[in-house]
Amino acid sequence: MNGEICPLAALRAGDRGRVQPGGSERPAWQRLLAMGLLPGTEVAVIQVAPLGDPIEIEFGGLRLSLRKSDATAVQVLRLG
Amino acid sequence: MSKETARRVRIALVGNPNTGKTTLFNRLTGARQKIGNYPGVTVEKKSGYWESGGRTFTLVDLPGTYSLAASSPDERVALDFLAGHLDSEEKPDGVVCVVDASNVVRNLFLASQVADLGLPMVIALNMADAADRAGISIDPALLSRRLGVPVVRMVATRGEGIDALGHAVVQAVDHGALMAQVPWPEAVDRAVKYLAAGLEKEGASRLAPGELRRILFDPRSAVLERAGWPAGSDPAPLLGASRDVLSAAGWHPLSAEALLRYEHLGHLTSAAVKFPEKRRRSLTERLDTVLTHRVWGLAVFVLMMLVVFQSIYRWAGPFMEVIEVVIAHVGQLVAPWFAPWPALQSLIVDGVVGGVGGVIIFLPQILILFFFIALLEDTGYMARGAFLMDKMFGWCGLNGKSFVPMLSSYACAIPGVLAARTIEDPRARLTTILVSPLMSCSARLPVYTLMIGAFIEPSFGAALAGGMLFAIHLVGLAVAVPVAWAVNKFVLHTRPQPFLLEMPPYRLPRLRDIFWRMWERAREFLVRAGTVIVAMTIVIWALVYFPRPAEVREGVMADLSVLNDSSAIDRAVDAAYLEQSYLARAGRALQPVFDPAGFDWKITVGVLASFPAREVIIATLGTIYGVGHDADEASGDLRSALARDFWTHGPRAGHPVFTVPVALAVMVFFALCLQCGATVAVMAKEAGWRWALFGFAYMTALAWLGAVLTFQLGTLWLG
Repeated sequence: MNGEICPLAALRAGDRGRVQPGGSERPAWQRLLAMGLLPGTEVAVIQVAPLGDPIEIEFGGLRLSLRKSDATAVQVLRLG
Repeated sequence: MSKETARRVRIALVGNPNTGKTTLFNRLTGARQKIGNYPGVTVEKKSGYWESGGRTFTLVDLPGTYSLAASSPDERVALDFLAGHLDSEEKPDGVVCVVDASNVVRNLFLASQVADLGLPMVIALNMADAADRAGISIDPALLSRRLGVPVVRMVATRGEGIDALGHAVVQAVDHGALMAQVPWPEAVDRAVKYLAAGLEKEGASRLAPGELRRILFDPRSAVLERAGWPAGSDPAPLLGASRDVLSAAGWHPLSAEALLRYEHLGHLTSAAVKFPEKRRRSLTERLDTVLTHRVWGLAVFVLMMLVVFQSIYRWAGPFMEVIEVVIAHVGQLVAPWFAPWPALQSLIVDGVVGGVGGVIIFLPQILILFFFIALLEDTGYMARGAFLMDKMFGWCGLNGKSFVPMLSSYACAIPGVLAARTIEDPRARLTTILVSPLMSCSARLPVYTLMIGAFIEPSFGAALAGGMLFAIHLVGLAVAVPVAWAVNKFVLHTRPQPFLLEMPPYRLPRLRDIFWRMWERAREFLVRAGTVIVAMTIVIWALVYFPRPAEVREGVMADLSVLNDSSAIDRAVDAAYLEQSYLARAGRALQPVFDPAGFDWKITVGVLASFPAREVIIATLGTIYGVGHDADEASGDLRSALARDFWTHGPRAGHPVFTVPVALAVMVFFALCLQCGATVAVMAKEAGWRWALFGFAYMTALAWLGAVLTFQLGTLWLG
C-alpha cells in the first residue's frame, strides 16, 4: 500500500520508496549511508534476482545489488 | 630539508572500489612495487616507489572502501594506517584520494572523512573520460578552490594527468593543503568533548578531534582499541551517553555523520559539478531489464558460461598439442649434450624440460580464461552475473562473485584461486579458495579417459561411457556444496560481511587493457606456480630414478637377450628400474592404506607420482607396465596391459586388478584429491600455508573416503 512505512526488503520490482529517518548499527546500513542512501533519499527497486534474493536497487544514480537480509535494516515510505 | 633529516615522503592512496585506483597505483609505481602483509588481516600491503618531478615518494595503496567506519579487521586497515596506528609507522605525509568523476559527491564522502584526520590531500578526478561521455561537466579549478585542496583531472588508463598529479602532491604536502572541514553543529562538538573527558578518565590516550568523531559516529570503531581503552571495561555506557548528546539536539547519532557530510559536500560541489538535463544511461537500463531478469537474465548467464567453458576446451586444445610437440623436440635436442652422464641427462630431459613443459602446457587455458574474465569485468557484466548467482552461492557460505573462481577451476584451479581476489568478504573468499580445487580441472581428464576407455566403454557401451564422463565432472561440484557449508559453519569464525555490489554502467572495454591484465595474471601464474611445479617434478623424478644399480639392467638384458627388439628391451629396463625405485618402495609400503579402495602397489605408485601433477599417472603407469613412458590415455597398449593385470598374491590372488569398481574408485580419488602442488602453492600465497595445508588434508581424506566407498559399494553391487 502506498504511504505505508515498510522495510526496503518488502518492496517489489518497480516499486519506489523514500528512506525514513533513523539508523541501525548494521554494517550494511552504515555502508549504504556512506554511499548516499540518506534519510529523505528516493530509492527504486529495479529487479529481483532468481529465487527472490538479492534485489537490484537504484538511488542517486547508483545501481546496487543488495541482499534482502541487509535490506531489512532500511525503513522506507512506499511511494508506489 | 638537509640530507640527514630528508626522508622519503609517504603518500597513501585511498578511494572507493571501482575508481581505477589500482590502475593508477600500477601506473605510478610500475615495476617498483612490493607486496607484503599486515599482521592479522588478509589484506595485502601494497607499496611502491613513485618518481615525479625529480622527487621519489613512497606510495601505499590502501584497500578500496566507501567509508572509514570499519566493521571488520580488513576494513580497519585503511583507518589504522591513516591515523598512524598501523605497523608502528607514523601517519602518512599526504593522501591522494581517487575519485570517480562520474560520482564526485559520493566519492568525496571518503575524502571528507580522511580530511577529518588532518591529512594533506590531493583529489585525483579519475575516469574523467567516462564523465565527459555521460555529459557531466566538472571545473577542476573551481572545485579545487571550493574544497581547498588540489584537484587533478585524470584518465589513469591513458596516463593523462600523471604529471599534474605529481606537482599537485608536492604542492599539497609542502603547503599542508587540508580539505574544507564540515561545519559541525555545536551538538557534535559537545558530544566529542564529553567523549574525550570520559576517555581520559579511563586512562585512554588523548586523541585528535577527527579520531574522536570516528568513535562517536561509528558503531564499533577500531580507534577505541587503539586509544588504549582498558580491555575488560565496557565502552557502551560512555558511547551511549555521548551519543545521547546528539539525540537531545535532534540528530539520530548513527546517521548524523552521513547527513552532515553530504550536505556539506553538496554545498561545496554544486557550482563546480554540473549534470546534464537528460539522463544518458538508458542503454544500461535497457540492457539490465533483460540481463538481470530472473528468467531471461539467468538464461543469458548460463549461455555465457557455456560459451566460456567450451571456448577454453576448444581453443586451448590445439595450442596445447603444439606445446607438447615443441617440448618433446626440445628434450630430444638437448639430450645428446648430456649423453656421457646418464643421470644428468635424465634430470635435464625428464626433470627440468618435462617440468617446464608441464607448466607451459597450462598457459593456453589460463590465457583464454583470463581473457574472458577481464572481458566480463570490464564490460560490467560480472556484477550482473554475481547478482544472479548470489542466492545459490550464498546458501553455503560462498558469494555471488564466487562463480568466476569456480568456473575457472573447471579449466584449471590455479587461475581460479587467483580469481578469488575479487571477493572482498574474507570469509567467502577463503571458502571459495578451499572449495574451488574440487571442480574437475582439465588435468584430470586424461585419467578419466583412460579408466572409462579401458573399463567402462568395453563393458557398457559408448553412451554410458559418455554419461559417466559427465557424471564424474559433477562429483566435485556435488561434494563442494556440503564442504563449503561445513567449512563455513564449523571452521571459519569471522563475521559475514554485507554483500553490497555496485553494478557499474555497461561500457565497451578497451582491448589493450584486457590483454594487459590477461598477461599480468599469466605472468603471475608462470612465476608462482611454475617454480613449484618444476621443483616438485624434479623431486618425483629423483624418487623414480634412484636407486639405479647396474645389476637391474644386466638382469633384464640377460633375461631378454633372445629378443631383437631394442625398444622393447629399453621399456623392460625402465619398468624394472621403476619397480625398485624409492617411489615404488613407498608405493608398496603405502599400499595397505589404499587396499580398501582396491588399489594395488602399481596404482599406489601412480597415485603418489601424481601429487605434483595429476596427468603424470599416465606416463608412470605406462612405464610400470612396460608400455613406455610416452604412452598417453588413448594408448591401446596401455589399456590392454591394465586389463591383463592380475593380483599375484594376497586375498584377491588370481583376480584382475582393474575391475569396474576399481576403475571408478581411481576416478573418484582423482576427482576429489588435491594432486597439484602448484594449486597448493597458489592457495598458500592467497590464503596462507595453514589454510593451504588444511585444504590439502581435507581433500586427500575425502578422496580416500570416496575411493574406498566407491570400491566397496561397487564390488558389493556389481559383484
